[in-house]
Amino acid sequence: MIDGVRDAQGVVSVVQAAVTRHGATAEALVPVLKEINDELGYLPAEALAEVSRLFRMPKGQLMSVASFYHMLSTRPRGRHVIQFCESAPCHVVGGREVWQALQDELNLGPGDTSPDGTWTLVTSSCLGICGVGPVIIVDGDIYGNVVPERVPELLARYA
Amino acid sequence: MPAVKSLEELKQLRDKAIKRRKAKKVSGRAQIVVGMSTCGIAVGARETMKAILEAIGAEGSGDVVVKQTGCTGLCEWEPIVEVTMGDEPKVTYGKVSPERAREILREHVMRGKVLSEFVISR
Amino acid sequence: MKFVRSLVLVSSDPDSLARGAQEVHERLQREIQSAGLQEEVAVVPVGDLGRHGAAPLIVVYPEATIYGPVTPDDVPLLVEEHLRKGRIAVGLRASARELSGRIAWLSARRGTLPAEQRIVLARAGLIDPEDIEDYILHDGYEALGKALTQMTPVDVINAIGKSGLRGRGGAGFPTGMKWRFVSQTDSYPKYVICNADESEPGTFKDRLILEGDPHSIVEAMTIAGYAVGASEGYIYVRGEYVLAQERLDKAIDQARQMGFLGEDIFGSGFNFDIHIHTGAGAYICGEETALIESIEGKRGEPRARPPYPTTHGLWGKPTVVNNVETLANVPPIVRNGASWFRRFGTSNSPGTKVYTILGNVNVTGLVEVPMGITLREVIAIYGKGMKDGATFKLAQTGGSSGSIVPSSLQDTPMDFDSFARAGVSLGSGALLICNEDTCVVDLVKVLLNFFRRESCGKCTPCRVGTERAHQILTSLSEGTAELSDLRDLETLVDGLSQLSHCGLGQTAAVPIRDIFKHFRAEVEAHVRLKICPTGACSMSGR
Repeated sequence: MIDGVRDAQGVVSVVQAAVTRHGATAEALVPVLKEINDELGYLPAEALAEVSRLFRMPKGQLMSVASFYHMLSTRPRGRHVIQFCESAPCHVVGGREVWQALQDELNLGPGDTSPDGTWTLVTSSCLGICGVGPVIIVDGDIYGNVVPERVPELLARYA
Repeated sequence: MPAVKSLEELKQLRDKAIKRRKAKKVSGRAQIVVGMSTCGIAVGARETMKAILEAIGAEGSGDVVVKQTGCTGLCEWEPIVEVTMGDEPKVTYGKVSPERAREILREHVMRGKVLSEFVISR
Repeated sequence: MKFVRSLVLVSSDPDSLARGAQEVHERLQREIQSAGLQEEVAVVPVGDLGRHGAAPLIVVYPEATIYGPVTPDDVPLLVEEHLRKGRIAVGLRASARELSGRIAWLSARRGTLPAEQRIVLARAGLIDPEDIEDYILHDGYEALGKALTQMTPVDVINAIGKSGLRGRGGAGFPTGMKWRFVSQTDSYPKYVICNADESEPGTFKDRLILEGDPHSIVEAMTIAGYAVGASEGYIYVRGEYVLAQERLDKAIDQARQMGFLGEDIFGSGFNFDIHIHTGAGAYICGEETALIESIEGKRGEPRARPPYPTTHGLWGKPTVVNNVETLANVPPIVRNGASWFRRFGTSNSPGTKVYTILGNVNVTGLVEVPMGITLREVIAIYGKGMKDGATFKLAQTGGSSGSIVPSSLQDTPMDFDSFARAGVSLGSGALLICNEDTCVVDLVKVLLNFFRRESCGKCTPCRVGTERAHQILTSLSEGTAELSDLRDLETLVDGLSQLSHCGLGQTAAVPIRDIFKHFRAEVEAHVRLKICPTGACSMSGR
C-alpha cells in the first residue's frame, strides 16, 4: 500500500493515465508530475520510477525537477493538506494570529504531518487572493477573511 | 458554429446576438449576476449562487436569468450580486450571504423593492 | 439640502471666464432644462479647477469625469451623452494625464469614487467569462479581424510601438520593440508566451483578467503571433490558479470552434494555436527564462542573459514573452489606434495601470487608473482612507520585489520614470498600505522569508544571502542582534544586489536597503535599545 488505498500497480496506472493525457515529451513532464501528485497526494518512489521509464529520463534528473516545485511533494502527506499564506499582505491584516491558531489547534508546526495521518500543515507564498486575506486553503477549498475564532469550525468540516 | 471568416461576418454575428438579447430584455426578465472569481468563491460565492438557484427552483420563477461573471475588483464587498429588473438600472449588492441572497430574491426580484442597505455605493 | 443624481461643476476663475465659461454655464442650464433633467442634475459655477491649459473645465460628479476645454457647442452632446445616457462623452474628455492632482482631491473630500479608466479590465466583472458571445458583444475579436484582414504584421508592430505600451510585468520594457526584435530574427519556428505565472505577493490583477476576460488574452496572443510570425503560443499559468486554467481552457475551445484559433483565421491564411501550460508552484518561474526552462521540463532556474528570449527562447527559438496585463492592452490598441492609447497616462508611460490596494485601508480592492496618479490619491480615493483613522506609515509597492515607500514620497506620481527618479520601484502594481503599527523589521522579515523560500538555489549569493538576511532580521525581531549584525546586513544588501544571478536575489536586497534609508532609527532601536518601537516584534530573546 502506498497512499493507503493503492498498491504499486494502482500507482503505475495513475502514472500511465497522466502520460496518456499529456504525452511523454519534455514539456509534459511538469504537468504529468503535478497530476500524479494531485491524484496520489505526493510522488511515491514507484510513481517516479514509472515516470523515469516512460520519459526515458534518469531518476536523478527527474528527482531534481520533482524536488524543485512547491506543489510537488516527494514525501507522503496527510489526508487533508492545509496551506496557509504567509506573505506580507495576509500578514499585515491578521495572518499571524490565524497561523498561531492553526498551529495550536492542530498541534503541528510548519511542514508537519499529524501522527494519525489526518493533517499536513504547510505554509505557502502568496496565493493571489489577497483582497480577502488572511487566506487558507484546505485541500482545494479556499477560505478568505479568516479570523482565529473561525479556525476550529473550518477544520471540523474535514475531520 | 461555423468559423468566422471576415470582419463582416463577425459584425453580423454580433448584431444577431444583440437583437436576441434585446428580445429577451423586452419580455421583462430579471437578470441576476453573481461574481464568481477565486476571491468571491473564497468568501462564499458558490454558496450564494447555490442559494439563489435553489430559491428560484423552489419558487418556480422561470423568467429569472442567473449568470456568472468575473471579479470587478471590489474585493472588500465579495460576494457580489447584481440584479437587473427589465430595463431598470443595475443594482449591485455586496457581502451577499445565502440568507441575504434569499432576501434579495424575495424583496427585490419578486416585489421590486430594492434593499438599499445592502447596495454598494460607488 | 437637495439631493441630485449628478453634480456639474463649471470652472469660473478669470481665466476660464475669459475663455467663455459664462456662456458654457448658461448653455448647460438651458440644455438641462430642455432635457427635463433639472430635478436630477445641479450645475454649480466654482472657482479655479486647475489646469488652465484646458479651461473652461467641467467636472461631472459622482464620476469626477473631467471635460475641457468645453465650448457652448459641446454642451448638447455632453448633456445627451453623460447626463441623460450616463456614459462618458469620449470626444470631449480632457486628456487623462491630468486626472490626478487637485481635482481628484475634490472628490476625495466628497467621499465619492471617481471613474476609473478601464482598458484592460473593461470587461472583467461585466461579461460571462465562459461565454464567447458575451465577449464578441463587447468588441471581442474585432481587433484580431482588423489586424489579420487590414494590417500587415509590420503595421501591427508599428501600432504597438507608437502606442508606447510598456511591459506591465514590472520591468517596463517597450512591447513594440520586443515584438520587432522577434519578427526580425531569421529563425523558425517562433513562439509567443503569455507569462501568467503571477506570484508577486499582493498581486492578482492577472488572475482577474484571466478569470474575468480570458478571451482577451487568446485574442492578444493571436495578434502577437501574427505580428512576429509565430504559429504557436503558450500560456504559462501558475499552478495555484485553478479557476483561471479552467476558464482559459474553455475560452480556447470556443475560439477554436469559431475559427479564431486554428487554421486560416479570418480567411487570411494565418494559422495559430495556443497551449496551456500549468506551473507547479515556483515564484521564480515568473522570470521569463526560468519560465521557459520550466516549460521545457526542467527545474525553473533562470538562464544567463544575453542571449535574450527574443533570439534564443523556447527550444532555443525566438520567443515573445509578455505579461497578461501587457497583452490585455493589445486588442484595444489595435482596435482604437496608438494615438487613442496615448491619451491616457503620461507621455513616457502611456496607458493605465492596475493596482491592487491592500492592507490597512478601509476598502481593499483593485483599480485601473491612468499612470501618474499618486499614492496619496489612491489611499484617499480608492482605499477610502486609512482604516480606523490610522496614520499612513509606508507602502510596500510592487509585491516583494518592489520598494518600501515612506509617507514622504506619497505625492510622487506613480509612473515608471518618476518612481525611478525617486529611487523606488512600481513593480507589479501591488500596493500594501501599512499604518503606524507596522514594524519595518517585522515586515521585511516576512518579505525575506519569502525570498529565502523562493530562491531557486542556483547561485550562492542569493541562496545563502537571503537565508542569512532572514536570520539577522529574525534576531533583530527577537532582540538578540548585535551592532555587527547590522553591518553584516548592509554588506549583504550589496552582495545580493550586485552578485545575484537574476532579479530575485537582486530585489531581495531592495526592502532591506529601503528600511536602512528611510527607517534607520527604528531598525537600530531593535539593537541599541532592544525595543521594538511599534510593539510588533516579540523581542523574546532579550
